[in-house]
Amino acid sequence: MTVKQLKITVFIASLIPACLLVFALFTNKLGVNPIEILTRETGLWALKFLVLTLAITPLRWLTGWNLLVSIRRMLGLYVFFYALIHMLLYLWLDQFFDVGEIIKDIIKRPFITIGFFTFSSLIPLVMTSNNAMMKKLGGKRWKRLHQLTYLIAVASCVHFYMLVKADKLEPLIYGSVILALLGIRLYKYLAKQSSAKMAVART
Amino acid sequence: MLIRKNKHGELSESEVTDHQVYLNRRQFLNTSATIATASLLPLGLAAAKTNAEPSYTDLISTDYAAGEQTSTFEEITTYNNFYEFSTNKTAPALMATEFPDKSQPWKVTIDGECDKPGDYHYDDLIRPFTMEERIYRFRCVEGWSMVIPWVGFSLAELIKRAQPNSRAKYVEFTTLFDPKQMPGQNRKVLDWPYVEGLRIDEAMNPLTLMAVGIYGQELLGQNGAPIRLVVPWKYGFKSIKSIVRIRFVESLPVSSWMKSGPREYGFFSNVNPEVDHPRWSQSRERRIGDFLKRKTLMFNGYEEQVAHLYSNMDLRKNF
Repeated sequence: MTVKQLKITVFIASLIPACLLVFALFTNKLGVNPIEILTRETGLWALKFLVLTLAITPLRWLTGWNLLVSIRRMLGLYVFFYALIHMLLYLWLDQFFDVGEIIKDIIKRPFITIGFFTFSSLIPLVMTSNNAMMKKLGGKRWKRLHQLTYLIAVASCVHFYMLVKADKLEPLIYGSVILALLGIRLYKYLAKQSSAKMAVART
Repeated sequence: MLIRKNKHGELSESEVTDHQVYLNRRQFLNTSATIATASLLPLGLAAAKTNAEPSYTDLISTDYAAGEQTSTFEEITTYNNFYEFSTNKTAPALMATEFPDKSQPWKVTIDGECDKPGDYHYDDLIRPFTMEERIYRFRCVEGWSMVIPWVGFSLAELIKRAQPNSRAKYVEFTTLFDPKQMPGQNRKVLDWPYVEGLRIDEAMNPLTLMAVGIYGQELLGQNGAPIRLVVPWKYGFKSIKSIVRIRFVESLPVSSWMKSGPREYGFFSNVNPEVDHPRWSQSRERRIGDFLKRKTLMFNGYEEQVAHLYSNMDLRKNF
């Protein structure tokens, strides 16, 4: 598979959840409270794409399939795509764009505060996602900025965990997967540190 | 005379889903471990209803919802918080089709601080009472609401027959515990069995209803068959479903939700737009089927009938 074919496939596949939701909405298949389902599902899909984005690097280490890196940016942008719809649904159908109410909500409700922070943190990442910005920032700085993804991932899970009424199973599953994906990175980092130290000691 | 407003729930014979299809669907739902996908499944089937004759006819009907449009049969029977089956709101309608098991007669125990305790078969329990239809607003703590035409009788009538003594300060209600019938109880999402309670004066209030039906038909499993409580000025979770025990007690009963989140769910849980849930505002609600939200009413619009019960109480502290 060429890079181009892979990219087109992933691009189309990533749109399927959105298409299914729109189709279900217009064929009355979202039940009697479609707004609740749309808000929840778009939030969940943002989280799922976040997991996929974070899985790319470990998968590459595991499989050696370096082509994977070429779809990471697109997956990251889909996180933003679903999170944006999620956010707009909240601003529109929950708050009806009442700025006063929204600000009050963000200050008063920790899970909204975290959700808002998480969404805002995605913006600089989206803005610096093109090649030109990457070059302008320089690889090292760009990489450090985009490590914000780790914080976003943890915050998303906290947001999810806090809004659930009693059944915490689903947010805990997402949380564990994300912690595992971050744990692999930490392990690799520490291993690299110690082997570098060993190398220094040997010389 | 009961005027049936049910338009959406009724289907002609040809439209009723083939039973096998229906069963397969349920199986699919049970086996698919991902609850999340359930929300994307078509719900049309769950709404399919046999064209059963109404079980209760010629009821006196009283509208306690100021003429507000009643929710449809489909809305009331496909969107249910019934954690004994699942924490997914669309799942109970699919999972409770055979609930309660008709081969085991439903029994209700009335005991505690009263002179006439006893174990009753469901039929014997309800026989003495005159059924009526009452249209009540129903406000969920999550911020959505419906208008439901219940069939039932005043809890006060039942209490009078049980003759509570002077130590009976509260009434405690318990839901059936039977994980075979209610698979959601296999997971300890709440401390089963579900327990709720009312102060005796709340329980005696004429608005407090023991419900056995909706839209003139017997309650469906997902709505808390065969008998449930309805306290229209309190958040929906107070209206405990599928009751097997009613006990008169001297000290305040600790409800399942109080145990689960004492900071978030109080004993009274009166609908109050001024007192927010710690995690979300209670000032507005979305009536199921509406696009815009509406303002939540004090005591869910039943201030006139119940405000006197709380006249000397700080409702912020006694949430």
